[in-house]
Parts: sequence; structure tokens; C-alpha cells
Amino acid sequence: MTTRLLSLVALVCLWQIAAHFANPRLLPGPMAVLTTMRSEAASGALFAALGVTLARVAAAFLLAMAAGSAIGYAMGRNALFDRAADPWVIVLLNLPALVIIVLAYIWVGLNEAAAIGAVALNKLPVTVVTIREGVRALDARLDEMARVFGFSPLKRLAHVVAPQLAPYFAAATRAGLSLVWKIVLVVELMGRPNGVGFEINTAFQLFDVPLLLAYALPFTAIMLIIETLAVQPFERHVSRWRPRAA
Amino acid sequence: MSPGGDRVRLEARVAEKSFRTASGQSAPVIADLSFALEEGETGALIGPSGCGKSTLLRILAGLDRNFEGSVHIPTHGRVGMVFQEPRLLPWRSVEDNVRLAAPDASEAEVAALFAALGLSEHRTHFPGELSIGLARRAALARAFAVRPTLLLLDEPFVSLDAPLARQLQRDLARLVESRSMITVLVTHDVDEAIALADRIYVLSARPAHVVGEIRVKSSRAAMSADEAKAVAARIEALREAG
Repeated sequence: MTTRLLSLVALVCLWQIAAHFANPRLLPGPMAVLTTMRSEAASGALFAALGVTLARVAAAFLLAMAAGSAIGYAMGRNALFDRAADPWVIVLLNLPALVIIVLAYIWVGLNEAAAIGAVALNKLPVTVVTIREGVRALDARLDEMARVFGFSPLKRLAHVVAPQLAPYFAAATRAGLSLVWKIVLVVELMGRPNGVGFEINTAFQLFDVPLLLAYALPFTAIMLIIETLAVQPFERHVSRWRPRAA
Repeated sequence: MSPGGDRVRLEARVAEKSFRTASGQSAPVIADLSFALEEGETGALIGPSGCGKSTLLRILAGLDRNFEGSVHIPTHGRVGMVFQEPRLLPWRSVEDNVRLAAPDASEAEVAALFAALGLSEHRTHFPGELSIGLARRAALARAFAVRPTLLLLDEPFVSLDAPLARQLQRDLARLVESRSMITVLVTHDVDEAIALADRIYVLSARPAHVVGEIRVKSSRAAMSADEAKAVAARIEALREAG
């Protein structure tokens, strides 16, 4: 923990030193960014943008996780469906994010549904593949045990299947979250009138690097905090039964 | 209905059970195997390893329906099974493993079972924290907690050292005596079969069929060493013949 903190402090120091030698218009120092951040926060614009973007991240993430888990589960369980759907997953997996976003805006229109749908569609195949991997690794022997002892479908899901899928679900969550929040900014930059991505676009038009960093850094920090305080504890919780090395 | 009228009976008749080999051929595992057990009886199926004993048990458990023949199991019956490996849910405590299988079991029943099997101190432990002997006990507790009318035991003590296996056999014998259920024990250990069973069915090598049936005196505990030896000798003779 201390090592991580020291490493972070070192990064900020390096930034300060680099800013000292660089053109302040291209690379402002940490204090200049902080000042801009404070004024954006005071006007409320920063929080509004963060709120809108986080809502989009949440919506796209939940959509992709729910649909991706269901499809991945079905593909892992049913060989015929797996063979039928696999080429689609591969195509989607290899389609550049930008193509999906542009097509979504052209076909659906410049609206919220297209934006969130495009982000979710980018994340969907990754979730499908991860969950399918988990379903394939399910222990058939525990399945038999549940059948002999007459577990109901709900009980089987909660006590036999879900605990085995939890590590894969956690992996999909972590990989998915970092993918979604990066793509959300692109979607906002290209076709939304608000959010962090839109503000970054504005900063780009004005060549205003302090403004750009004033929006980008708090957003990155929030995503890191969510990962540390929510995703990692969840991972630890679902693997608590594994015997730890003494 | 079974010919025994309203008596609870297990009747198994497997005309044929085959597996497809990797080369696409059909390999018979069980052929013309039948046996029957009455309520309260324990039957031991004894035979060489790989003869299809576990396959038969899976058929009895309803896990494999792809065979020719018929299995009549006690109606409205609950099945308790102890697999070769304990097959506990590693992410649930010992007590949760038992309670998930037997949600109707009362606290007193569960406590009595844990006490009888020496598991009282391990209720809150996860299976990964147990020795293999304790994990097998937990699997036994789970099977008994469902109050089964049909108890299936698939080499429950295999890979345990001899003194521990004997100890668990005694615990199991006591529990079996205290219930009126049908028990099917699959084993390759003659002593284990003699110690636990009322009827011993000696199976042939693949494809498995019954080469002989031996009735063991009902008061097994009172059996003298000589009598046990005589039974063992008869089993050996049948195995040679089969």
C-alpha cells in the first residue's frame, strides 16, 4: 500500500518537473490543473459532467453484463447454440469500437439509446467469452450431486453454479468496467451534448490542456476508486472459501 | 407394483448398458444384471474395479437413464448418496452443505448426526479445511440428513487408511442399523461388504452381471471371525468362477 502511494507521489513529482521545462500551454503543472478543476467544480459544471458520464457508464455496463452473462451461459451450456453464435461473437469482438459507434449513430440517430447501446455492444462479446469460459469449467460432479439431492433450479444457481462463476464474473466486471469508461468518452465526444467526453472535446477545440486534465483526472480517479472499493472486495468475498496459504 | 405388495422394495434389472468408445464402437458395461432389496436391507455390490459398479449406482440414482431395463425405486423416496469423492460444495460450510441437501432436517437431527460422525467441531469449517476423512464424514452426514429411503454408497471409504476406514465403517453400520431404508453399497473390499451388508452380490468383470448372491446373517455384529472368513471364502470362490 505504501509502495503504491509513494509510486503515485513520484508520478506527480515527475509531472511537476516536466511541466517546469515544458511549454505551460501544452503541459500545465499539477497546481494549474487543480485551479481549473476548482473553478469548474465551483460552477457545478464538473459534477454535472461527471454525473452524466457515470450514469452512462453504469447503464452500458449493466446492460452488457446482463445480456453478456445470459448469452455466455447459454453458449457454455448448449453446444449447438455455441456453434451457431460463435461467429457472431468473433465478428463483434474484432469490430473496432469506432465502427460500432459510428454505425449506431447513423442507424439509430444521435440519441442516448444509440450511445449506451453502442458502448454496451462493444463490451458484450468480452463478457460472453469470459462467462462462457466459466460455464465450460463448471464441475459436472457437483451438478450430479445437486441432481441426486433434488436441489431446485434456484438453489442450484445460487449455491452450485454462481459460486463457480463468481471469479469469471469478477474478471468480466473488471475488464468490462475499464473498457466501458474509455469507450463512453469516445461516444460522448462524437455525439452527445454533455458529459466528460463532450467537455474534453471542447477543451480540444480550444487547445485547453488544463481544462482537459481537469475533467479527465477526476473521472479516472473515480473509476479507480470504484474498482478498489467495490470490484476488488467483491472478488475477495467470493473467493474467501479458498484455503489461504499460511 | 412390486410382487412384495406394499413392502418397500428396490428392484433393478439392467438388460444392457453400453458406452460409445472414442472409435465409435459400442462397449457393453453391464449385461443382464438384476437384484432386489427389501426395506431395511443393505446390499453390497462387489466386483473387480472397472466392472461397471459405479455405472450401476448412477443408474440407480437416476443420473443415467440411457440403458435398457428398468429400475423400480421406493416411491416418494428420497435418495441420499455418498460419491467416491466427497463432492461437497467448497464455498459452503460443512453445516450449510448438509442443510442445503436437507432443508427439512431439524436442528436436533443435524446436531445428532454431527455428534455421531465426530463433526460437531467442524460445522463452520469449509470443506477445503477438512482432512479427507472428515470430508467423507461430512458427505455421510449429508446423505443421512435427507432421511433417505434409498441410500447409495459408492466406495465411500476408498483411499482412507485402514484404521480410519474401519472406524468409519463402524459409524456407518450404526447409522444404517438405526434407520429403515434400503442401502446399496458398492465396494471392492470384501471385509467392508461383510461388515455392512445383508446380501452380497458378487459381480463379474465387464460386462457386469451377478455371478452369485450371499446372504449374511442379520446380526453382523455377532458374527465370529470364523464365520466371516467362511463368507469371504465363498465370495472368493464366486469371483474365481466369475
